[in-house]
Amino acid sequence: MLVVVATPIQNYVAYICFLLIILILTRLAQIPFRTLFLRSLIEIPFILFAILMPFFGTGEKVDFFGLSLYESGLLAGASIIAKGTIGVFMSIILSGTTSARAILKGLARLKIPAPILGIASFMTRYLNVVNNELIRMRIARESRGFQAKGVRSWRVLSQTLGAVFIRSYERGERVYLAMLARGFQGKMPADNGGHKTDLQSAFLLPGAAGIISVATGLFL
Amino acid sequence: MNNKFSLRIKNLAYAYPDGHQALFGVNLEIRKGERVALLGPNGAGKTTLVLHLNGVIPTQQGSVTVVDTLVDTKNVESLRHVREKVGIVFQDPDDQLFMPTVAQDVAFGPYNSGIRGDELARIVDESLVKVGMLDYKDRPPHHLSFGQRRRVAVATVLAMNPEILVLDEPSSNLDPASRRELAEFLRSLDVTVLLVTHDLPYALELCERSVILAGGVVTADEPTSQLFAKPSFLAEHRLELPAGFRL
Repeated sequence: MLVVVATPIQNYVAYICFLLIILILTRLAQIPFRTLFLRSLIEIPFILFAILMPFFGTGEKVDFFGLSLYESGLLAGASIIAKGTIGVFMSIILSGTTSARAILKGLARLKIPAPILGIASFMTRYLNVVNNELIRMRIARESRGFQAKGVRSWRVLSQTLGAVFIRSYERGERVYLAMLARGFQGKMPADNGGHKTDLQSAFLLPGAAGIISVATGLFL
Repeated sequence: MNNKFSLRIKNLAYAYPDGHQALFGVNLEIRKGERVALLGPNGAGKTTLVLHLNGVIPTQQGSVTVVDTLVDTKNVESLRHVREKVGIVFQDPDDQLFMPTVAQDVAFGPYNSGIRGDELARIVDESLVKVGMLDYKDRPPHHLSFGQRRRVAVATVLAMNPEILVLDEPSSNLDPASRRELAEFLRSLDVTVLLVTHDLPYALELCERSVILAGGVVTADEPTSQLFAKPSFLAEHRLELPAGFRL
């Protein structure tokens, strides 16, 4: 990711190579391209923002399909889209191939601070519980004749969100009590199970991307 | 049963920070190896009492003694000792199972008491075997059924090898088979049990002695079968045997 962000957008050959690497990885990981595409739709709000950038800016203007656009804005926008899309694709591949537990373990090995890891770990554990609670509340709403339509239902929906927030907060307290009851003294045990990736294979991907970035920058 | 006490509570009183008083002088003694049911209507102070047993709620007045240790929340040694001796299985297993996998969760308690490595792995396996959940060791808790989660919750507490096992409504939300299996399992354990419940048949099945907590005091403490033979007394405390149930 760092390599991609550090590569200037003018070096478009490198970006084509990055995209190729991603396509090959997707194939190797046996993730359907359709899934990759659908999940990457989350990026759309950022793309909209990036598309606006060339219209607002300073400096030189260029003609682009009959539109007069700012060059710096155009480059910045293209840069956001390209880098963002590659980032999103890589995250999808990572989450599609690696369990949440393994990702957390990886982050621990990368020396991410323990409190942040703890928060992420609890989040993966309780996302499901909170989601189930939301589903139950939706069923309860609908069973009593509520239908979400228009601005008027926002009041009820926001109250639901508030209720979920408070319930989650209270659950947080109960979980903490349960932790204390089993002798918690402020230090979470480390996760030692599972396999470890060796250094060589860990550097394979960023190494390749780095070589591409530097080589295309020098020779093209 | 023998003459040693697992738990002694003397004149325990407690008021919440908002001024609401939950306990008004509770007295209770439980001997080693006894299984005692703690009964009482909703809001009688049962959970408040339970949270005193391992110092999660600090003692305001009176005293709680676990085996030989006085529960003193200001004394780190006392707290550590008490939390190893008293194992609480909470009502909602989702509150109790917070680690990414079943095995990690069972390891949490023993890890906190300083056990590491092979010894830790052995304790985890043994505890899961006891509740019949070894095959689910590496699964995340949210992939288990409710009954399975409750069994794992019991394993997380057993892993600490407690002297007293406190179970808060253990039979709630269980299907009849899981309910029976849990009862058989509890009977097979050689520990002191405090069973907090509204499920009177379950109390009768498991506990030779029952205690009723109402309005923040102990209003009855006698053999379960004797207590249950007084339906009008039970009714005063909003406790009823199921329709059609005969002693």
